[in-house]
Amino acid sequence: MNDAKKSLLKVNNLSVSFDTNEGSFDAVKSINFDLKKGETLAIIGESGSGKSVTASVIMGILTCPPGRIKSGEVLLNDLDILKLSDSDRRKLMGSKIAIIFQDTLSYLNPVFSVGSQIAECFEVHKNLSKKDSWKKAVKLLERVRIPNPSKRAKDFPHQFSGGQRQRVMIAMALALEPDIIIADEPTTALDVTIQAKILELLGELRDERNMGLILITHDLAIAAEISDKVIVLNEGKIVEKGITRDVFINPNHAYTRELMDSIPGKITKQKKKILKKFSDPILEIKNISKFYDTVACDDVSFNLFPNEVLGIVGESGSGKTTVSNLILRLASPSNGKILYHGQNILNFNKKDLFNFRRKVQVVFQDPYASLNPTMNIYDIISEPWVIHSDFLDKKLHKSKVIDLLISVGLHPDDAIKFPHQFSGGQRQRIAIARALALNPEIIICDEAVSALDVSIQAQIIKLLLNLRNKFSLSYIFIAHDLPVVKDLADRVIVMKSGKIIEQGVVDDVFNFPREKYTKDLLKASPSIENLIS
Amino acid sequence: MRQYLSKRIFSSILAITGLFVMVFFLARLTGDPGHLYLPIDAPLEVRKEFSEKHGFNDPIYIQFGKFLGDLIDGNLGYSLRKERPAIDIVLEAIPVTLSLAAVAMSIALVGAILIGSLAAYRPNGIFDRISRVVSLTAASAPDFWVAITAILIFSVSLGWLPTSGIGGVPYWIMPIGILVIRPLGLLVQVVRGSMITALSSDFVKTARAKGVKEKVVIFKHALRNGLLPVITVAGDQAAAIANGAVIVETIFGWPGIGKLMIDSIMQRDFAVVQASILITAIVILSINIIIDIAYAVLDPRIRHK
Repeated sequence: MNDAKKSLLKVNNLSVSFDTNEGSFDAVKSINFDLKKGETLAIIGESGSGKSVTASVIMGILTCPPGRIKSGEVLLNDLDILKLSDSDRRKLMGSKIAIIFQDTLSYLNPVFSVGSQIAECFEVHKNLSKKDSWKKAVKLLERVRIPNPSKRAKDFPHQFSGGQRQRVMIAMALALEPDIIIADEPTTALDVTIQAKILELLGELRDERNMGLILITHDLAIAAEISDKVIVLNEGKIVEKGITRDVFINPNHAYTRELMDSIPGKITKQKKKILKKFSDPILEIKNISKFYDTVACDDVSFNLFPNEVLGIVGESGSGKTTVSNLILRLASPSNGKILYHGQNILNFNKKDLFNFRRKVQVVFQDPYASLNPTMNIYDIISEPWVIHSDFLDKKLHKSKVIDLLISVGLHPDDAIKFPHQFSGGQRQRIAIARALALNPEIIICDEAVSALDVSIQAQIIKLLLNLRNKFSLSYIFIAHDLPVVKDLADRVIVMKSGKIIEQGVVDDVFNFPREKYTKDLLKASPSIENLIS
Repeated sequence: MRQYLSKRIFSSILAITGLFVMVFFLARLTGDPGHLYLPIDAPLEVRKEFSEKHGFNDPIYIQFGKFLGDLIDGNLGYSLRKERPAIDIVLEAIPVTLSLAAVAMSIALVGAILIGSLAAYRPNGIFDRISRVVSLTAASAPDFWVAITAILIFSVSLGWLPTSGIGGVPYWIMPIGILVIRPLGLLVQVVRGSMITALSSDFVKTARAKGVKEKVVIFKHALRNGLLPVITVAGDQAAAIANGAVIVETIFGWPGIGKLMIDSIMQRDFAVVQASILITAIVILSINIIIDIAYAVLDPRIRHK
């Protein structure tokens, strides 16, 4: 048989279930796929679709119990690795198949130097001496383009940036030149420009060594950019599989189409209102700067008009969140003025500030961390009225909580539940309801949809747009994901290293960027349009 | 890190100074040593002479001044009872206690790491369940009762071990055994808890995906991370023993610092009390600094702060 046509990996009829106190539930339901040399297979699905469970089964790191492989085989070069003994299995792990994880800060051991973690692969599988393994580790770091590798090998994971840590992870996976690399959401936590570089590196290494690459992602655009074949998982089942281009151009299954429609940058919205030149701004930011050890925010000025969505984009460290903290008065600027209806909020006394805070609310990124797990939803949403006791009569709390829950698309009965009983998207709805409780004028959304699956993301964006019209809100929408901003914002500000480098109406900035940095950002965000057109 | 350490050492010196001032005055609240040293029917003149000779008649601030002056000369005073420099007596007693503490803590720590890690490897497995019951019992057993029962069994009934005193290995077995029980029980529980967390960490998955053997996964990757809380508790326990394994030293007649302190308080032998408190305080603060260093050695994130 021709070597190129032979399957490296074949997964046949694999079913996995989890045994919990509430009974057993099927995470993966008889899935089949195969992978050939030099090929990239993208496994697409949202959280809970079973894509990471599949990866853990292939890698032999599924925690059993509660996990249980009910049926199926995983053939690596025609050898069923599920039937191997633990020690035979271990010989394949890292040497024939390797995995790159998502959250490198927690997946790299914090107390060992990155060099020794890479070198360990050689010590375990090749019985090389410490010294020789180290030399090889340094070489690998050089291959994944870590600058100054012989010195950096001695450093620990926390001393690297997210992108560099991902490179370290890739170096570790490459160490023994495996036939297959599984990349489990390898770029999810990274900035777009870094994401582009990591994907480029992965593709390059795949071609160089003729490996098979399995890319697990929830991001359809990434799959479109890099993969040859794709399978779409929903609730543990493969709902669609095929050549990437065919699937994206002509999705057969309703779920795939739904995913495609959720891709940010495609929501058709009502014609954006032209800048209200004649209305007065609610918020005028004038030349604010904030210095910590470094310059977090440098001479930033902009206005926010009534009923407007202002997007702020930029990579991590560009000063987006600092600006939001300054507006919320969670930090005080080193220089500059912030005018709210013409009054400088920096001169506000305690009472003025109390009233100002009522008008400016915030929705944070992580819906798991930003809701108190010991309070029920009623208490969470009504707490602002307890603090601002003159806002609403106590007798009305209950009916108002119900109103708010309904307006964010939740059920009135949800009031007595606790945060852990909700999904990420639902929690973000709760956070939005809480932000709405005091009839604010401005809501600051700090990466408010970044942690959510695409289809949920699209729902939340629609919700935010509806609420804007219903309650005449203005949003400051901070994000690193440009297509999301394109969907939602009227105007956009691009920040880099604490400075505003470009601003304007969304369509102008996105279609005709002036600055090189903005162009780079736009170019780096993966898109499926290139593939389809 | 170096800056942090020098800060710690400086604050330790402040703490010792404060402690010392307090001990000086508190000890003098316990009453007139003359009442204990002289026969109950000693005439008033003898009492006066005794107080005069030892300076107990001076106003307390003068006594304190004298005490400070002596301290600067490196003189911690003379024992009234033994008529020897107090510091000599203390320096004889402290190695006894420290060797007890060192041996007991080493055994407890190594035992706890082994038992706790294995229990954490399969939580709720049979080994875990047995070790949980045993360690809870050990952590809550009153040591005086265990000591007396052990003497009854091993010395009185079986005659295998000496009842008390110091000497060769047989003399060490019971005191060490009893000192180990409680820290061991406690540490097994701490190790188990922190190893369960460490073993379910993501980096353990990375190690397994690399094909690392389970033994190495547990005792290298997970243990190094799980050790921090263990060291804190172990340090506490070591400090407690160093502070005088009073009960064990008394029951087994070991001339350690705990026994010395109790005796000299009973006898209002101020100089000895002060000297032993000073030395134990230095020992305990050193243990704390060693813990800080151990933290930094184990965890680079602390080292780089």
